[in-house]
Amino acid sequence: MSLTIADVEHVASLARLGLSDDELERMREQLSSILEHIAVLQEIDTDRIPPTAQVNALSNVLRDDDVRPSLTQERVLANAPQSRDGFLEVRAVMGEAEGGGA
Amino acid sequence: MSNRDLTRLTAAEARTGLHAGDFTSVELTQAHLDRIAAVDGDVHAYLHVMRDVALTQAEAADARIASGTADVLTGVPIALKDILVTTDAPTTAASKILDGYVSPYDGTVVSRLRERGAVFLGKTNTDEFAMGSSTENSAFGPTFNPWDLTRVPGGSSGGSAASVAAREAVISLGSDTGGSIRQPAGFCGVVGLKPTYGRVSRYGLIAFASSLDQIGPFSRTVEDAAIMLNAIAGHDPMDSTSVSEPPPDFRAALRTDLTGVRVGIAREYTVSGMEAGVTSSVSAAIAQLEALGAELVDVSLPHTEYALATYYITAPAEASANLSRFDGVKYGLRVDAPSLQDTYRQTRGDGFGSEVKRRIMLGTYALSSGYYDAYYVKAQKVRTLIKQDFDEAFKRVDVIAGPTSPTVAFGVGSRTDDPYQMYLADIFTISANMAGIPGIALPCGFSEGLPVSLQLLGKAFDEQTLLGVAHAYERAAGWFAHVANL
Repeated sequence: MSLTIADVEHVASLARLGLSDDELERMREQLSSILEHIAVLQEIDTDRIPPTAQVNALSNVLRDDDVRPSLTQERVLANAPQSRDGFLEVRAVMGEAEGGGA
Repeated sequence: MSNRDLTRLTAAEARTGLHAGDFTSVELTQAHLDRIAAVDGDVHAYLHVMRDVALTQAEAADARIASGTADVLTGVPIALKDILVTTDAPTTAASKILDGYVSPYDGTVVSRLRERGAVFLGKTNTDEFAMGSSTENSAFGPTFNPWDLTRVPGGSSGGSAASVAAREAVISLGSDTGGSIRQPAGFCGVVGLKPTYGRVSRYGLIAFASSLDQIGPFSRTVEDAAIMLNAIAGHDPMDSTSVSEPPPDFRAALRTDLTGVRVGIAREYTVSGMEAGVTSSVSAAIAQLEALGAELVDVSLPHTEYALATYYITAPAEASANLSRFDGVKYGLRVDAPSLQDTYRQTRGDGFGSEVKRRIMLGTYALSSGYYDAYYVKAQKVRTLIKQDFDEAFKRVDVIAGPTSPTVAFGVGSRTDDPYQMYLADIFTISANMAGIPGIALPCGFSEGLPVSLQLLGKAFDEQTLLGVAHAYERAAGWFAHVANL
């Protein structure tokens, strides 16, 4: 399994991961090599085998939807890189072309 | 008692001494802080030493012991892997992206230890986000093996393993996703226990691979591992994968005679390229189990050879989802850029180290449209087969014995160029995480002057048998008496 630079760029974009040109090339080589090792799984016939996502035989765990103590807004925002008036502050989500912003 | 002697105590011995008035928790804590000051410049087990917190906790512990309301761990100095969140020290997961982060809440294991009056010496080094087998992937520099400072301590919980081996802590906590407790315990010549998945709450453990992660102790004896498991095990409403059955008293399961115990020997746990000194020490340990009364039974785990490939799809896939929360918005590093999308990309590009990026990429690829069935679902199906291998084997045996790792601790820098070579260090430990079963690593001899480790694997939720067999071997073999000459 040999990946192209375009493959790596596509995956990096899905992962919102900024990679330099050097990193892209190194990642292309290393991921290709790891995928070759992983290809060993194709040897096994798993047609009739159910998948296992987690091992404990638990189904959904529910609780009553009651009000309980939680962290204060102040404590939660204490680690925020930027906040204003009790909100997390980020760059505009909508592009200017779409009429976002003020 | 001299400072040097105080750092040689087990938790069980420390408790006896504290309650007899031979020394105070403040003295015991100070002895460990002095030891850290003396050797941690060389070992680098700690990322943050919690000096003031520790001494305050020690004073409170002394008062509690005097009042007669102490727990077995009250006043005992311990270390926490820096992936367990704490309100009174930074938690970084050894990543630049969390540099300086202080959690607004304590992890459940941390709260449980606080309630018991344990003393927190500090936060220990790890591979970034617990991704690695040597602790060389820490953004804050590697930890070195106390037995030989040119070797790695193993990983990812290398700082926790080294802190106990270097007598910089009595017990420590780590986390094990594919061997990250057992493998470094083996490399550092201490005991490391990965409990059954669901035995210990993961609330407040920074998530790597949520279906595999489990918290567990490092200690100098099996009894101390049982003491720590007693303290941290049990249901937690904040982790719905923690099981609801109340845990037993693990310390009561310790035994010295193995009559009636069936020990499985899996032929798949002998691989080419295994170090001769590892093979001979582990064989001798298995012979000793038989001499203690155990019956040896051949078992087969035919899908063992596929465990590594299965793991390197499953764990990165889960990690790629878990680590999406580090985006420069709510906490941690933000690298500001003109658009929100570019802020995400640059923050994550600058904040994560190369192994973390590699695994995010691998996991994202395995989950991406067109590859999901071929990689992620395929791995989940093979995971079923790996689990079935153990289910079959444990119909015939009580524990399975073999080596923890194929080699002793390798040299710093010797495997960093080839990711897959590094992954092979976990070849014997990964299957237990895939199957969710408990495993313990304990010293069983030396090769090239470095510790060799015996791994015992047990049935899900049967840590008692595992600890019982481990204790019997440990007492008979006596390797715990060897300490790193540092």
